[in-house]
Amino acid sequence: MSDIASIFSDEVVTHARVRDVRLPHGAGTLALITLDNGFDHTKPNTFGPNGLAELNAAIDQVAARDDIVAVGVTGKPFIFAVGADLKGVPLIGRREDAAAIGRLGHDVFRRLGELDVPSFAYYNGAAMGGGVEIGLHCTYRTVSAGVPAIALPETFLGLVPGWGGTYLLPHLIGAEKALKVIIENPLAQNRTLKGRQALELGIADAMFDSADFLEESLAWTARVLTGETAVERPEVDKGKAWDDAVALARWTVDGKLHGAAPAFTRALDLVAAAKDRTRDEGFAAEDEALADLIMGDELRAGLYAFDLTQKRARKPAGAPDKALARKVTKVGVVGAGLMASQLALLFARRMEVPVVLTDLDQERLDKGVGYAHGEIDKLLAKGRVSADKANRLKALIGGSLTKDAFADADFVIEAVFEEMSVKQKVFAEVEEHVSADCVLATNTSSLSVTEMASKLKHPERVVGFHFFNPVAVLPLLEIVRGERTDDAALATAFATGKALKKSCVLVKDAPAFVVNRVLLRLMAEIIQTVDEGTPIETAERAAAPLGLPMPPFVLMGLVGPAIALHVNETLHGAFPDRFPLSEKFAKLVAAGKKGVYLPDFTVDPEVVEIFSGGTNPSTEEQVLERALAALAEEIKIMLDEGVVAAAEDIDLCMILGAGWPFHLGGITPYLDRAGVSEKVAGARFLKPGVASLAG
Amino acid sequence: MPRTARDVVFVDGVRTPFGKAGPKGLYAETRADDLVVRAIRELMRRNPSLPPERVDEVAIAATTQTGDQGLTIGRSAAVLAGLPKSVPGYAVDRMCAGAMTAVTTSGAGISFGSYDVVIAGGVEHMGRHPMGEGVDPNPRFLADRLVDPTALVMGSTAENLHDRFPSITKERADAYAVRSQQKVAAAYAAGRIQPDLVPTAIRSAEKGWGLATEDEPPRPGTTTDDLAKLKTPFRVHGNVTAGNAAGLNDGATACLLAAEDVAAELGLTPKMRLVDFAFAGVEPEVMGVGPVPATEKLLARNSLTMDDIGLIEINEAFAVQVLAFLEHFEIADDDARVNPWGGAIAVGHPLASSGVRLMNQLARLFEERTDVRYGLTTMCVGMGMGGTVLWENVNWEGAK
Repeated sequence: MSDIASIFSDEVVTHARVRDVRLPHGAGTLALITLDNGFDHTKPNTFGPNGLAELNAAIDQVAARDDIVAVGVTGKPFIFAVGADLKGVPLIGRREDAAAIGRLGHDVFRRLGELDVPSFAYYNGAAMGGGVEIGLHCTYRTVSAGVPAIALPETFLGLVPGWGGTYLLPHLIGAEKALKVIIENPLAQNRTLKGRQALELGIADAMFDSADFLEESLAWTARVLTGETAVERPEVDKGKAWDDAVALARWTVDGKLHGAAPAFTRALDLVAAAKDRTRDEGFAAEDEALADLIMGDELRAGLYAFDLTQKRARKPAGAPDKALARKVTKVGVVGAGLMASQLALLFARRMEVPVVLTDLDQERLDKGVGYAHGEIDKLLAKGRVSADKANRLKALIGGSLTKDAFADADFVIEAVFEEMSVKQKVFAEVEEHVSADCVLATNTSSLSVTEMASKLKHPERVVGFHFFNPVAVLPLLEIVRGERTDDAALATAFATGKALKKSCVLVKDAPAFVVNRVLLRLMAEIIQTVDEGTPIETAERAAAPLGLPMPPFVLMGLVGPAIALHVNETLHGAFPDRFPLSEKFAKLVAAGKKGVYLPDFTVDPEVVEIFSGGTNPSTEEQVLERALAALAEEIKIMLDEGVVAAAEDIDLCMILGAGWPFHLGGITPYLDRAGVSEKVAGARFLKPGVASLAG
Repeated sequence: MPRTARDVVFVDGVRTPFGKAGPKGLYAETRADDLVVRAIRELMRRNPSLPPERVDEVAIAATTQTGDQGLTIGRSAAVLAGLPKSVPGYAVDRMCAGAMTAVTTSGAGISFGSYDVVIAGGVEHMGRHPMGEGVDPNPRFLADRLVDPTALVMGSTAENLHDRFPSITKERADAYAVRSQQKVAAAYAAGRIQPDLVPTAIRSAEKGWGLATEDEPPRPGTTTDDLAKLKTPFRVHGNVTAGNAAGLNDGATACLLAAEDVAAELGLTPKMRLVDFAFAGVEPEVMGVGPVPATEKLLARNSLTMDDIGLIEINEAFAVQVLAFLEHFEIADDDARVNPWGGAIAVGHPLASSGVRLMNQLARLFEERTDVRYGLTTMCVGMGMGGTVLWENVNWEGAK
């Protein structure tokens, strides 16, 4: 154990404090273990080897006593415990150490369920992973109605709930409900449970309000111990229902991930086998799974992605000093189309400042403002905002036929037709009315920000502000610095992006910026193989190992072939060799096709006809190889051009803007692992150990 | 048309166990407002037939109304306790008689017809809010000789009381204090105190979570010899010690009052009836004598004498102040009517909370003593005041 303790030398140790509690109703003395790392709720309790050793010592202490009737475990204010100390995991280099950390967790936690007296877990606050598992080892559990998050998110990161979770949870609440927690929620953007849901699922036996949660939990404990309260749990079906639940979850996982994420499969296997295993066998199998996964690159990639979204996304690389940002007290939106209305709604909701839309046409203006107001009504109907808040938000969003309404705006964003001359004209008109330091932002997806600013009196105020659809949902915002953009305008853009609760990445003014350039390069390569005669189905399937949220042609249908073509033309203009124009694809757009599929998801025969004539079809493997090579080449060029500060930013953009898989670390860890980076780009994108095993 | 006063009843009362103020005390790391919240929630839980929206007012007292005792503690505690937002609340201050004043003021509101049901109580976390925190006495108090320089130091006012009543010696005070300790110990042993205590979660960064289930201040084995050795911090060769005075404490109380007819309508069981109350002022430098004029005023108005009073719950801020009261009314130091289950010298006195503790105790005593019709709760108040409340036992056998 000393070995792994030294690996986790930076561990923030969660202490286990033991204190006697005299239970009400004359029920006797309970030894209450409080988990507390000594920090406030912003640094939650986690477990590494040292914390586990402290908990073990606390259990030694209570196990040696014969004057107690029960043992309780609870957390510090607002936090129960959020699982293993993930900081130490990437430092594990030997399988035996990986296995040891799994065993240690089991050896300590399981004692809570094997004492001479019953044990009670009081989930007073957030409980994740190992934190939930501590409670699962206990005889009984209560949960606070105020707990914001209970989850087993391990599979999301590339692990399994391997400190007892895959065995104990299905035996407690049945396989179907357990898989909801272990598989389904992590797959759904890592959804978490509230206290009430944990009660309803049967994870907790009782729930109490947060105001006096511990007191009432202890009173309940006393009633359980004296027999006044009986704890009833529905019997778990250990027959066909268990197998059916596993089979259904397996089908869902395969459908979404195509085998791209081994942790999910491993967790499913463990739950499936838990049905007929003893506790010892179940825990031993979890140890093995943890060791395998900790020693695999997928987990390292998952942890890398976790770090990108939790840390790098909050401190954008290359962003100027925050202090330079100017205050934004009013926002202008040029245009009143759908995008403009969505932007107006977003700015009003997040920043709570007046937002004025402009359009030359009263009818369009009314429609745009009406759309935003209608969306607010929908929020009201769903109970997402109060009536007062809805009134306030609606009052914030207004429209004007003339741009003098922008006179006191600090930030004006255009969402007009995607053509340089139109945008230049609009900005010139806006500049006549606004103050000299009003930031002008463009939501262009592919045009040059520098060129757009070039004819203005104050080109230094122009920034690119590239959202992803749907703007209310997707967290990424590419903030583009034009050649003449000054630090104050850029800092204001970053501050505004943060206020909009977006994850901002600084991008150079380069064609199609990051996400669209990478996506389009992949698309261009795949279309080219279809041009050459590869069946659409084959090309579509080939990309499965990348774990994309949807196959390339499905995505194209969603974006719209016309827009895809437009962006591709822009890129072709800049990089004709790498972004060839497919005549057949242009024909498809000209034919007014909205995609390659018919409503019944079969390939449209007319599309097949359009793409016919190729004589050099590729196999799935060949398509994948070409696609990966294209991605590696493009990313290498982008990094050489300085489009972003580092490969990490590419991955962050692809994860947050295109939904590329967390468990693969976006894209560059996958390219490194597949050996494509070295072959195509001459070197790995990330050093060994950053998103992979160090050795 | 003349207005008809309604009868007001005390339905139920609870309190947190009292703790010793200071870094080692039970509640050193527990917020004052959380103590009040716990008391209110337990009160509601114990009276499930009361729909929460029927509570018309939450009056909570605190002497120092800043920090976790600020923010209009009656209202903020009501919200934190999960009462409906439609239930209003306010903060009360009359130093030691805060909770008593919360009861008399809101109870009077019931009698007037403005409320049906109220929650009244008090809190003082003297560890987080030491006595006199943030006060800024007007210099004219001294310049114009409005009060004696000792008036704001409670221990000194107690020494002054020994001067006024030379027959009350330190030995008598100590003997009284020892009896208070013994009576509390006996009451605990008989399980009389515990039913109205609310087990309260306590947290210590060092020790983890725990549960306060009993008062921390009592020192059951105390002897007069022990007390004789203590220092007299307020006066050299003086009489007042930590042993014959209440300590510095943390705690909260809350009680439920209702119009008698509304209590019946809601199925609430009254314990005693509020008959009348009186407050009176005295020279601030002998504030401990305050209960005397307050009680005289109250008895006279109700055409009663001390002989009609079967039980007296008097707050023991200082032994001398209790003895001065007893001497005035010619009651023996060890009269069985007075604080039968002991008092603040043993269980503690978290200033503004204590008034309701006296009432809880009197209500429980009434249950046992159906031969008694009238009882008093009385206390002295800093800046020279006294307050006394006259209660009638609803279970008095003479009425049946």
